[in-house]
Amino acid sequence: MSYGQSSVVREVGVDERRITVTVNGEKRVVEVEPRLLLAHLLREGLALTGTHLGCDTTSCGACTVLVDGTPVKSCTMLAVQADGHEITTVEGLGTPSELDPVQEGFSREHALQCGFCTPGMMLTSHALLESNPDPSEEEVRWAISGNLCRCTGYQNIVKAVLWAAEKKSGGVS
Amino acid sequence: MTAVDEVKIGGMGASRRRVEDARFVRGRGNYVDDIKLPGMLHMEVLRSPLAHATITSIDTSKAWEIPGVRLVLTGEMMAQRNLAWMPTLSYDTQAVLATDKVRFQGQEVCVVIADDPYIAKDGCEAIVVDYEPLPPVVNPLQSRAADAPIIRDDKEGQTDNTCYRWEVGDRAATDRAFATADVVSKLKLHYPRSHPSPIECCGAVADYNPATQKLSVFMTTQAPHIIRAAFALVTELPEHMIRIISPDIGGGFGNKVPVYPGYVAATLASILLGKPVKWIEDKTGNLISTGFGRDMYLDGEMALRSDGKILAVRMHADTDQGAFFSDAQPSKFKIGLMHSAFACYDVGAGHITAQGHYTNKAPGGVAYRCSFRVTEAMFFQERMMQAAAVDLGMDQAEFRRRNLLHDDAFPARTPFGFLVDSGQYGKCLQIGLDAIGYDQFKIDQAEARTRGRRLGIGISTMTEPLGAGNSREYDILGIKMFDSAELRVHMTGKAILRVGAKSQGQGHETTWGQIVAHELGIPAADVIVEEGDTDTAPFGMGTYASRSTPVAGAAIAMVSRKIRAKARKLAAHLLEVSEEDVEWELGRFYVRGAPERGATIQECAMAAYSNMPDGMEPGLENNAYYDPPNLTWPFACYIATVEVDPATGVWDVLRVVAVDDCGVRINPMIVEGQIMGGLTEAYAAASMQFQTYDADGNIVGSNYMDYLLPTAWETPGFELHEVVTPCPHHPLGAKGVGECATVGGPAAFVNAVHDALSDTGVRNIDMPLLPDRVWQAVQDGQDVSGMPPVRSDA
Ligand code: FES
Ligand code: FES
Repeated sequence: MSYGQSSVVREVGVDERRITVTVNGEKRVVEVEPRLLLAHLLREGLALTGTHLGCDTTSCGACTVLVDGTPVKSCTMLAVQADGHEITTVEGLGTPSELDPVQEGFSREHALQCGFCTPGMMLTSHALLESNPDPSEEEVRWAISGNLCRCTGYQNIVKAVLWAAEKKSGGVS
Repeated sequence: MTAVDEVKIGGMGASRRRVEDARFVRGRGNYVDDIKLPGMLHMEVLRSPLAHATITSIDTSKAWEIPGVRLVLTGEMMAQRNLAWMPTLSYDTQAVLATDKVRFQGQEVCVVIADDPYIAKDGCEAIVVDYEPLPPVVNPLQSRAADAPIIRDDKEGQTDNTCYRWEVGDRAATDRAFATADVVSKLKLHYPRSHPSPIECCGAVADYNPATQKLSVFMTTQAPHIIRAAFALVTELPEHMIRIISPDIGGGFGNKVPVYPGYVAATLASILLGKPVKWIEDKTGNLISTGFGRDMYLDGEMALRSDGKILAVRMHADTDQGAFFSDAQPSKFKIGLMHSAFACYDVGAGHITAQGHYTNKAPGGVAYRCSFRVTEAMFFQERMMQAAAVDLGMDQAEFRRRNLLHDDAFPARTPFGFLVDSGQYGKCLQIGLDAIGYDQFKIDQAEARTRGRRLGIGISTMTEPLGAGNSREYDILGIKMFDSAELRVHMTGKAILRVGAKSQGQGHETTWGQIVAHELGIPAADVIVEEGDTDTAPFGMGTYASRSTPVAGAAIAMVSRKIRAKARKLAAHLLEVSEEDVEWELGRFYVRGAPERGATIQECAMAAYSNMPDGMEPGLENNAYYDPPNLTWPFACYIATVEVDPATGVWDVLRVVAVDDCGVRINPMIVEGQIMGGLTEAYAAASMQFQTYDADGNIVGSNYMDYLLPTAWETPGFELHEVVTPCPHHPLGAKGVGECATVGGPAAFVNAVHDALSDTGVRNIDMPLLPDRVWQAVQDGQDVSGMPPVRSDA
């Protein structure tokens, strides 16, 4: 599979590799150029545009996805490196009818404005709560410090994650 | 039956959860980079590595040979179509693709269009450009030197590097006041160049359809109608055949107002190829070539009476505009609304002079969460206030209290001509002081000092002009600064509202529905809000300078009132009484004296399509263009406390208190979100975020490893308070708010650090207050300037 239009006939000489990735629970077998970034495979190849790209230096975290449950900046991982791994993107959080507590918390606490950092921010938060179900404010701030937000000032994001933690533990309904 | 409950229907004052969130938290937003059209090609930009050079040759032949490359455009090719240069929003010109020279590092030189962006990048790398380097000019002081190279030698009649001169105020009255002063306080500072840097960069998908000859451009723009007008001028396509669509925007902050070369090049490429062309800028491209804010050198003084009364102010500002004067700002005002400085104080007389300078740097200056240079104005104002209080030996709070406009002073004309119309400044300040525990802090501070700890407190109080126009005074390229709304109520009482503003995260889809709910009693959830498509939205000037609620928000109230007026006629018809006997309560008309006999707004809507009185035009829709009588004048008091470690220069924020009076709050949750976002950008400016250039004109701050933005870890917590003084002329009593904290906030942090160093003789450390600057200042007991370096050979 190439990056651009599937209708574009690629010239000879492009060396493609076949990989198998499980994305949001679904097994996908795709052909990719070795230089293709995971972020581009997700966005262009698999049409999962919820994963955003915000920088060129692995700094902003907008592209964060979970690889086998661990937050990874998908702009800095090649698609071929994802071969055999499980990927979760924002589209895999919650179900169509029921939001994940992190998603619900973000909306409830007004933890997003333009929404561009939000998918990465939520996936990082989700991973935090999986490993630490009852984080302190400081632990939340540290956990999301690899994700930049230019709109919110973070305070409501922290509140949202703490709300989600409480919700998950059955504390709020 | 009684009126509907306004809170239940999500009206004014409801912290209604955002409509936008439903798609954003699911990753279902629709940003420019998410748009994919059949047959779409991809564009990349080749940029200049040098700040100033003559282009001697460009060889694109190797790029053309790469399979998948469809087009390579150079300045020469643009020139053949009269598109090598384009007009800017400040009556200057800007190169689209360089022809003769490059004038800043990062300037657009060529573009490559290919089947995918990887191939387009390969194409850029295969282009060979020969440059003859010229000496770069990297700051205004250098640009003024007699032997400085003339950067804009492309402009006829340009004999130096000055791009404008401006002055305002009463020089003679100011001089007279200074002659009587007991004390004259002086201050000189640099507000560094700062990039708004939304996480999403700029981009476009240009789609020219050769069959219909219609051009559609999906674009990251805060002002789609201005772009359409500019495109009609630049491309000579008729305006009705140009459609600009601004989809979801991943933050703007002023960065996405101007017309950028990438938009123009992608559009020409689409016209030439007859295919959609997508251009998505990378972060480096965004940081080194698009609209930044500030970069101003300020030198001023304040005349004072020994009892603390301000008698006059004067100042001079030099602005570094970069290679092109490209700011989006009202035409009359060459340095934006700089002259709003000191608007909240009774300063007697004032005089400001300003000069703009071309340099070999990226063009801009006005963009960045700021109502046209008010950020620099308020920063200088509040730094000057602190310096003056120190010179007088007077308490910071007391000095402000003595000079703030009193509640009975409104409306007040400032020495620079603004009419400040309302406020409760003293009350705001007092709430802030009480919240931070000012008196106790002073005691704690003195006590800590005896143990070698340096605590500091900084105050910043300011009012700023938000919501341009009125149209008498404010226009961009002659287009008056009004705004618009169009409301169509369907027969079942549901509605669609289209607005000329354009949200970039401010939550318009949520807030605008609340205004309709407030005016008509239609639940906010029954109103769909659309913005950003020039084919469907009424003409508006867009969203920047905190103008959406002051101008577009007012237009929404006005169009709703027009709808209500027609609904009243329908109600009279339904109730079989004369219109004069019909009374209104939220969501319902009723017969005077018989409140049980009524017709809901929804019943009136149904009647507009199914049972209108004889002779009445069917339907229930209207539009409104709103030209505000004045700007709105929110007031804020920001107070920060810090502790400085003199051994390292590191300073930590202890507390931040914000008291904002932005008038009536439509959605308090969203308003508070705006304030917290603004405070974070204020902290960023004070502590770490700036762009500078080395002596060769290389930009420092071209990516997120060099251009530091605060993360959740550094960002302090914020304590918010409010005062509500309704705006006297806005139909809802609302004022602008989006940028107050970015404008007023920096001085609170910077004043706090200086307060902590009050016994060291340090009067000014330029922002950002990096640890090494603070450390240096403490070591030497001297000021630290943030002025960029001057080349020794220049
Ligand atoms: S896009 Fe910024 S970290 Fe990946
Ligand atoms: S919500 Fe805009 S960047 Fe975070």
